[in-house]
Amino acid sequence: MSTTSVDLHTHSGGHAAAHADDPHHQHHFTTMEQQFDTSKIGMWLFLATEVLLFGGLFVGFGMMQARYPREFVEAHTHLVRWQGALNTVVLLISSFTMVLAVQAAKKGDKAKQVLFLALTILCACIFLVVKYFEYSHKYEEGWLPGRFYSYKGDSIPACHAAPPGEAAAAAPAANAVPCTNGYATFFSFYFMMTGLHGFHILAGIGVLSWILIRAKRGEFSASYYTPVDLVGLYWHLVDLIWIYLFPLYYLIQ
Amino acid sequence: MDHAIAPATRIGDQPRPKKNYLNETKGFWSWAGTVDHKRIGIMYLVGVLVAFLMGGIFALLVRLTLLTPSHKLFGKVLLTAEQYNRVFTLHGAIMVFLFIIPAIPASLGNFVLPLMLGAKDVAFPRLNLFSFYLWLTGALMAITAMVFGAVDTGWTFYTPYSTTTDGPVTLMTLAVFVLGFSSIFTGLNFIATVHKLRAPGMGWFDMPLFIWGIYSTAIIQVLATPVLGITLVLLVLERSFGIGIFDPRIGGDPVLFQHFFWFYSHPAVYIMILPGMAIISELIPTFSQKTIFGYRAIAYSSVSLALVSFIVWGHHMFVAGQSQLATVVFSALTFLVAIPSGVKLYNWLGTMYQGNIKLDTPMLYAISFLVLFAIGGLTGIFLGTLATDVHLTDTYFVVAHFHFVMVGGTVTAFIGGLHYWWPKMTGRMYSEAWGRVGCALWNIGFNMTFLTQFFLGSKGMPRRYYNYLDQFQPLHAFSTVGSWILGLGLFITAAYLLASLRKPMDAPDNPWNGTTLEWKTSSPPITHNFEEQPVLEREPYDYRPVLVAK
Repeated sequence: MSTTSVDLHTHSGGHAAAHADDPHHQHHFTTMEQQFDTSKIGMWLFLATEVLLFGGLFVGFGMMQARYPREFVEAHTHLVRWQGALNTVVLLISSFTMVLAVQAAKKGDKAKQVLFLALTILCACIFLVVKYFEYSHKYEEGWLPGRFYSYKGDSIPACHAAPPGEAAAAAPAANAVPCTNGYATFFSFYFMMTGLHGFHILAGIGVLSWILIRAKRGEFSASYYTPVDLVGLYWHLVDLIWIYLFPLYYLIQ
Repeated sequence: MDHAIAPATRIGDQPRPKKNYLNETKGFWSWAGTVDHKRIGIMYLVGVLVAFLMGGIFALLVRLTLLTPSHKLFGKVLLTAEQYNRVFTLHGAIMVFLFIIPAIPASLGNFVLPLMLGAKDVAFPRLNLFSFYLWLTGALMAITAMVFGAVDTGWTFYTPYSTTTDGPVTLMTLAVFVLGFSSIFTGLNFIATVHKLRAPGMGWFDMPLFIWGIYSTAIIQVLATPVLGITLVLLVLERSFGIGIFDPRIGGDPVLFQHFFWFYSHPAVYIMILPGMAIISELIPTFSQKTIFGYRAIAYSSVSLALVSFIVWGHHMFVAGQSQLATVVFSALTFLVAIPSGVKLYNWLGTMYQGNIKLDTPMLYAISFLVLFAIGGLTGIFLGTLATDVHLTDTYFVVAHFHFVMVGGTVTAFIGGLHYWWPKMTGRMYSEAWGRVGCALWNIGFNMTFLTQFFLGSKGMPRRYYNYLDQFQPLHAFSTVGSWILGLGLFITAAYLLASLRKPMDAPDNPWNGTTLEWKTSSPPITHNFEEQPVLEREPYDYRPVLVAK
């Protein structure tokens, strides 16, 4: 017991000897497999937190839709369905190219890795370009969140949403934004949820570019492709969330 | 049996290694940039104790203001009503978000968890350091929010008040958002560590019960905290853009905020209490020198408390306008909480029964926990019952219940755990005699302060109020005097613990004759925790002497 900590490295060598050369092997894991499995658990847990983060917004949307069913249905007609559908297809393709990139990384095929990662990034960029056109159209028409909502063409002019007592109690402020409650709320959620999702796409482009550079350097092989695998998981989740957002906003009845 | 773990070493059995995690490297950056879970644990410990001190000073200030109905001390008004609102908000927010939530998992848990598992570190050491800096950032943001005009919403940020009041509510909520992510990453790290880094031979049911408690906590941290995050984002957006979700003037629903908030914050109180229970599950068998009674029952009760915590949030809103049906359902579900809590209490008592009980300071705190937590838990039943809750809602009864569970429960366990692992963390023994004095004052002061508040509450004294009727003054004064004794006890505790740091290292590797793996390494441990990878060969809590040879 009087010897120092150096002993420890030599001890763990029993399992780690096979990977002694691998610079990615961290000292507190016995084997590379253990390290890979641990990273994967970490990523799945992170994805669980993402689901719950969006889950809060989905619940909020549901509550408000139940409160303003008519306004929500009318407001959703302002969204352009084919643009949403186009983006859905684009993201599905990107998921497919991502799978191919992970496969290529597992085989250590550098050229294919780079190609498929680049294609995935391209799809992500197309998604954002379409989103840009959607957002700027909404902005011009005044279909904006909350108190910035300035569109005048809605079919229901009278403010029927707030219960009579409340409306009277909060008279001055209620007069300022009288008739747009449900509509503005719809667009509040539209911008929050697609915005948060768009932010995740941006972050996705960031991490995809990072592993693209590392793939170019030839860092990934059959024994170490953890980052590609984890980014893949993340990217699939981002796609999956859009698969729920699309019908929620573009296809409600 | 020749490989069986040797019986506990008493003082001075083995030569102390020259190098340990404290002196292996030196200088500021060797700490600020460390990825060693033990050093990160110590940094967290310093951080949460500073927060505890600040929150404690605000608490004393609140009590002092309530000493007399005129709020005057030596002829001067101590705090105006506005200042009072801010001070109790600071007390609540600091204690909840900066102290209790990270206190046990991030400080003691960080230090002990990998050692107990026989691992060299947590699964993601860099993420661990990152979550410490997130905590620090959040703490600094919160303190900034206080300096630039304090927040007066209470720690619950209820709408519509929080969306309309002045002051840096936005900064404060963003601080809590950042703190939440710190908590998420700590939980995520611990789950992965428990799953993948257990010592060879350690199955799930060979883990110390402390690990089970921290693991259950981590599940809640990971699953509940994101919802708080999005809720706070919605609150900030409502304040700045009027998105129309919580503000009734623009078509929102303020009760929806309460649903969102308590969906996190009810599980969050289990983030606070489960680690306390986890510590008690270590202290009781060690200081009774007897195998834990009902190991599996305690392990399962931790996990089931974590799960039940997600379906009872509505009991915070019995009078907030949710439907009658929901109220009845939430009330019924709330009673479920009593089952795993009771299972734990009886198993701890069963462990002590016919044990060889040693009343060292950690055990004194453990026994205090049993009494205080029992009172806290039983008064929770009053509040979960609809008929009594309508009378008791928003009175001092709730304040007293909450403090009995959180302070009498969690903080008592935290201090007990701090004493228990102090020799392991610092390599030094503290003064046992002063430890007992501190624990006695803690108990006297705590009960004077908070038992009193049950009476105040049941007589109708509303919580958070600045003014009160003259008839409540004797009880308020009694409670305030209790807070001074409580403060004195903590001051003495801090003094003798700090004084012990000036001594040379004198702690044996295993001062309490514990059986879990952290006692198998030196005090303080070497940087890589163990000289050799420990292998688990006996069940935890097996205190029978080892038969040396067959």
